[in-house]
Amino acid sequence: MHQLTEPAVDVAPSPDVMLPHRFRIDKYRKDTADTFTVDLVPVNPDQPFMYQPGQFNMIYIFGVGEAPISISGDPATAPKLVHTTRVVGTVTTAMRGLGVGHELGIRGPFGRPWPTDHARGHDVVLVAGGIGLAPLRPVLYHVLANRSDYGKLVLLYGTRTPADILYQRELQQWRSRLDMEVFVTVDRATPGWRGNVDVVTTLIPKAPFDPLNTVAMICGPEIMMRFAAIGLLKRGVPANHLYVSLERNMKCAVGFCGHCQLSREFVCRDGPVFPYDRVRDLMMTREL
Amino acid sequence: MERAELGHLIDVLQREGREVVGPIFRNQAIDIGPITTEADLPIGCVDEQERATYRLTRNGSARVFGFSEPAASFKPYIFPQRQRIAAFRREGRGFVDEHHEEPIPRLALFGVRACDLAAIAILDRILLEGPYVDESYRRRRESCFIVAVNCAQPGGTCFCASTQTGPNCTFGYDLVLTELHAKGNHRFLIEAGSPDGLEILEHLELSEPTDDDIDFARRQREHAADSMGREMNVHGLTELLNDNTQHSRWDDVASRCFNCTNCTLVCPTCFCATIEDTTSFDGKQAERWKRWDSCFTLDHSYVHGGAVRVSSRARYRQWLTHKFGTWKEQFGMLGCVGCGRCITWCPAGIDVVEEIEAIRGSDEKVREEVDHG
Repeated sequence: MHQLTEPAVDVAPSPDVMLPHRFRIDKYRKDTADTFTVDLVPVNPDQPFMYQPGQFNMIYIFGVGEAPISISGDPATAPKLVHTTRVVGTVTTAMRGLGVGHELGIRGPFGRPWPTDHARGHDVVLVAGGIGLAPLRPVLYHVLANRSDYGKLVLLYGTRTPADILYQRELQQWRSRLDMEVFVTVDRATPGWRGNVDVVTTLIPKAPFDPLNTVAMICGPEIMMRFAAIGLLKRGVPANHLYVSLERNMKCAVGFCGHCQLSREFVCRDGPVFPYDRVRDLMMTREL
Repeated sequence: MERAELGHLIDVLQREGREVVGPIFRNQAIDIGPITTEADLPIGCVDEQERATYRLTRNGSARVFGFSEPAASFKPYIFPQRQRIAAFRREGRGFVDEHHEEPIPRLALFGVRACDLAAIAILDRILLEGPYVDESYRRRRESCFIVAVNCAQPGGTCFCASTQTGPNCTFGYDLVLTELHAKGNHRFLIEAGSPDGLEILEHLELSEPTDDDIDFARRQREHAADSMGREMNVHGLTELLNDNTQHSRWDDVASRCFNCTNCTLVCPTCFCATIEDTTSFDGKQAERWKRWDSCFTLDHSYVHGGAVRVSSRARYRQWLTHKFGTWKEQFGMLGCVGCGRCITWCPAGIDVVEEIEAIRGSDEKVREEVDHG
């Protein structure tokens, strides 16, 4: 505990985890009314950047600030990064105003990933609500790239309205595959919608998977995750096979700033992906 | 060491190129500030501390450390309230790093009590010993020399004997002083806790302590441990607090708490910080500033759509449960060092010892039960 004293000049500087790396926007597309996706490449091409599905970055917009955003691209294409972002605050609003060629800062990757190892040999059920599909997409890429390692692959996806459905073209491609199942539902239909109308949890009873041999990963609003977990438990999926990704205020992403605490957990460091049985009680307590 | 050598010790530290900071009289209280000569020390000051009460008197005594823990801790010197952590200049559609780390002062923290030493050890655990290292903290921390002092005078709100973090200094110092003042005899027992401390000792005029000195110091230590203003049963606090998230006491304390953040600002272990972004008028320069934050603000738990801890009840529960409960799960130690500052400086007179006891003492035991499913 005790530190020896040394003159300040002898204290060598070492890499500062709070300093962002510069990335350039390589592609920009608008997904829905309030979401957009950017492809990013490192300004310094020698910049190593590896990540796992479910990890997130702190994205810095010059002069505006930082926000934690999950990585939604294919880990196999690193160091290229893909971030799908919903416009909700000052940072994401400013980020939407950028275009191809603009630079932003990246600190990361941070946090614990989705359990792609635990899921090996199991059916994989992904339950996504709204923008929650973005952090789960890297799992889809990973499972499809290592298809023989996994059992059935099922995506259950719910949004508020048909106009909020993310990655429409990709969803159609996934739907056309014979080695995965895709179910989509909306809370409120609009004219022309011919699909399911209900909350995403209603898809759980009809989806084809073997509950006892399933690992489920759930991402969406907390209330949706709670009900999805209950639905999966009812289907017979063991509690220790359920995973959720939580969201809290984050300023540092390394456990220093204190903002993301959920009881004993630092969501930035111990999460954002948690085994459900580890955080179940915490998720059930209001304002914790 | 004779009393007269104390000034010499300060000189030696300064000659080593160190800025000495320690207890000084400022704003009717004992604060921590720069010390250039021993006359800067609050000699003969005696404090009276109780909930929401702080009174300082000069009693004409020659005692140098006749007061209990100062109003402020040493935290601002190793973990500044506000510091620039990054600076960028816009260049085209990108930006370049323009941050120049300000030189870290070589400090000697002088007169650090056991509670504040324990607090520094806690900050070390959080900011240096986890998976990531806070570089700015590391640099500040590593350039500190620590002169501790064994506490002879616990205050009315102190309970370091309960948290087992005092009143005696057992680790984490370069030098430790024990003031021996009785019957016209005024000396200091000085012990080194590091090679750097030993080196400083070589510059001082010292004599071997007598058996009487050592005996006096021992009795003074025992007396200090026995004269804590408060006592807290710290047994099983993590379970106690985790099992009582819905206790009615949270509503009760919330009705008294102003959410003023005083407790978190005087706390020597509170480490929450936020980051502020600024730009120059022409938008060409951007800076990032880290500053202390408090879990009593709404912003602290803000996620898109609103704050997680909306009610005062939830925010007070977060603070107390973290400090005395979940901290142990996170860092393997209690987050409280028993310095009592949060009790003294709470304008509403809220006493953490009393709050903990109120929860422990009741038969109520309520976790929130699942509201659905």
